[in-house]
Amino acid sequence: MGSRASSLLREEEIEEIKKETGFSHSQITRLYSRFTSLDKGENGTLGREDFQRIPELAINPLGDRIINAFFPEGEDQVNFRGFMRTLAHFRPIEDNEKNKDPTASEPLNSRINKLLFAFQLYDLDRDDKISRDELLQVLRMMVGVNISDEQLGSIADRTIQEADQNGDNSISFNEFIKVLEKVDVEQKMSIRFLH
Amino acid sequence: MGWFLIPFDNLLCMVLGISFTVGFSSLLVIVVPAVLGVSIGIRRLYMKSLLKVFEWATVRMERGAKEKNQHLYKPYSNGIIAKELSSLEQEIQELRASGTTLSSEPEFEMADIMYFCRRGVESIVDDEVTKRFSAQELESWNLLTRSNFNARHISLRLSVLWGLGLFIRYGFLLPLRVTLAASGIGLLVVLTTIVGFIPSGWLRTYLSEKIHLMSYRICVRSLTAIITYHNSENKPKNGGICVANHTTPIDVIILANDGCYSMVGQIHGGLIGVVQRAMVKSSPHIWFERSEVKDRHLVAERLSNHVADKTKHPILIFPEGTCINNTSVMMFKKGSFEIGCTFYPVAIKYDPRFGDAFWNSSKFGMVNYLLRMMSSWAIVCSVWYLPPMSREEGEDAVQFANRVKAAIATQGGLVDLLWDGGLKRGKVKNTFKEEQQKLYSKVLVGDQEDQGEDRPQEDEEEEEGDQNEDRPLEDYTPRPLEDCSLRLQEEEEERGSETPMKDQ
Repeated sequence: MGSRASSLLREEEIEEIKKETGFSHSQITRLYSRFTSLDKGENGTLGREDFQRIPELAINPLGDRIINAFFPEGEDQVNFRGFMRTLAHFRPIEDNEKNKDPTASEPLNSRINKLLFAFQLYDLDRDDKISRDELLQVLRMMVGVNISDEQLGSIADRTIQEADQNGDNSISFNEFIKVLEKVDVEQKMSIRFLH
Repeated sequence: MGWFLIPFDNLLCMVLGISFTVGFSSLLVIVVPAVLGVSIGIRRLYMKSLLKVFEWATVRMERGAKEKNQHLYKPYSNGIIAKELSSLEQEIQELRASGTTLSSEPEFEMADIMYFCRRGVESIVDDEVTKRFSAQELESWNLLTRSNFNARHISLRLSVLWGLGLFIRYGFLLPLRVTLAASGIGLLVVLTTIVGFIPSGWLRTYLSEKIHLMSYRICVRSLTAIITYHNSENKPKNGGICVANHTTPIDVIILANDGCYSMVGQIHGGLIGVVQRAMVKSSPHIWFERSEVKDRHLVAERLSNHVADKTKHPILIFPEGTCINNTSVMMFKKGSFEIGCTFYPVAIKYDPRFGDAFWNSSKFGMVNYLLRMMSSWAIVCSVWYLPPMSREEGEDAVQFANRVKAAIATQGGLVDLLWDGGLKRGKVKNTFKEEQQKLYSKVLVGDQEDQGEDRPQEDEEEEEGDQNEDRPLEDYTPRPLEDCSLRLQEEEEERGSETPMKDQ
């Protein structure tokens, strides 16, 4: 029950999250209410099964990869801070942020960080490279049983061929950025949060 | 030594005397009109005064919040995010258009993943299904702790008011209501058994109707239910089936207050069983043994036989199969729509400001729920009788069910969802994920496999389109009449508790 939602979230915490993620006060309280409604165990953290209970996410072909992105390496539970930190990647880039001081630390929703999020969806073993195998696995998740192994294999080969520049037969993050340089990442990887 | 106890003794006597007098006179004022079928209008007056109090309370809370320069938590009635409503194909094409230009031959782009990614995170932040299974959030506070989100902003005056409200609700209203409910059920059981001895005929039917109506009226008053019936000219007639959206077991009482229906359900043991058996003595209700419930054909047969007999009352069915929180209507199970007769759709919409009637069966048991109902201010709802509908030529049960559902949703101001209410407890079927994968493969390699398949609709509709198709036996769970009583039986068994219930 979300009835005690905002009373459990202290003002200081809200301020900290605001600074870290850039969400507004009301957005944070609403997302906290959402967090608590997903938290069936009422222990302040979400596990993988809490995410899998969402039907629209369960039918998403990349549902498991997205759920994984919320959990840091080796951990099974995510608290509200971690939840917000991951969601912050999807905050739209506002105009006044575009020309900020370049020496300031990169905001979570910058183009680079959005691209990094997408990169990590492909990089299954978190070794900062997308190997042919990993690409094949993710492709298989997206197409199911509808495309043959050979066809899928050739798609993967072609993709790596075009992206790979240093000849190591895998795609590094920089190569990934290069491939996507013309894609409107800011718009495609943003969710319109209402105020 | 006892000399100073005497004043207390007197005081105690006085208090008891007053409470009994008050209680008894209230009972009389409530029961007599119920028996006679008239309404004095006390409840509406009560409702109006309560509304004024709630508004005052909210204004004070806002003032309190402003003083502290903080924000009042406002529930998101319009949603947390604004979702893009474009289809998979559209979005992927857009991604391609902005990406590197390659040959027109469809192939894979690394940016494609962004579509799934964004959709996935959108559903984590706000999805259409999970929020239907918990109580709606209110815009203003109604002095019940259970719906308070701004505990920090309550001033002293508000707390006093809340305390007073608590005393009134638990000290006065609750005992009164419990007594009323008990008398209502008691009367029902006793009188129907007596009428059962009268041989079949017009006298018996007439008396049975009167008794049922009277008991339901008492029960309605025991919940302080303020019901407005619209379009009574469309009230269900004999030989038809009445279908309604389901929010709570109380729906039955609300509808039966205004007309006579035949209930459908599983026969229980215990107190409910007693009530069920008594009811069926004087008028034909359809109760199934547990073993019979799974047999689709038997169920359909009994229903058809019942509607064929024009002297019997219309059957009351809740096709959603489970309780939904009254903000939406979920998938109607097609089983009952296969029967060929007139359907009378009914839309029930509760006003949550006075007490949320939704039964969250995963959170509260039946007794707990009834207690909460009886200690709320009131149950306020509107019932719309919609014009009768029948299955048209060339329309199959699923399409007809969806048509009826759309009509009910429009009238009640509810969201029309295609998702299955069974998702409250069960996992979604894998076939929907497979459909998404199929769609994406089509974009990648073209229309090789799916010739002639026209899918212009949005993603969501396609996902549930196959839900109701006939599947091989392993996949399909034959439960055509999943009304609340079936669910109740299972939950009772899970929890192993005997709960006194007063409907069906």
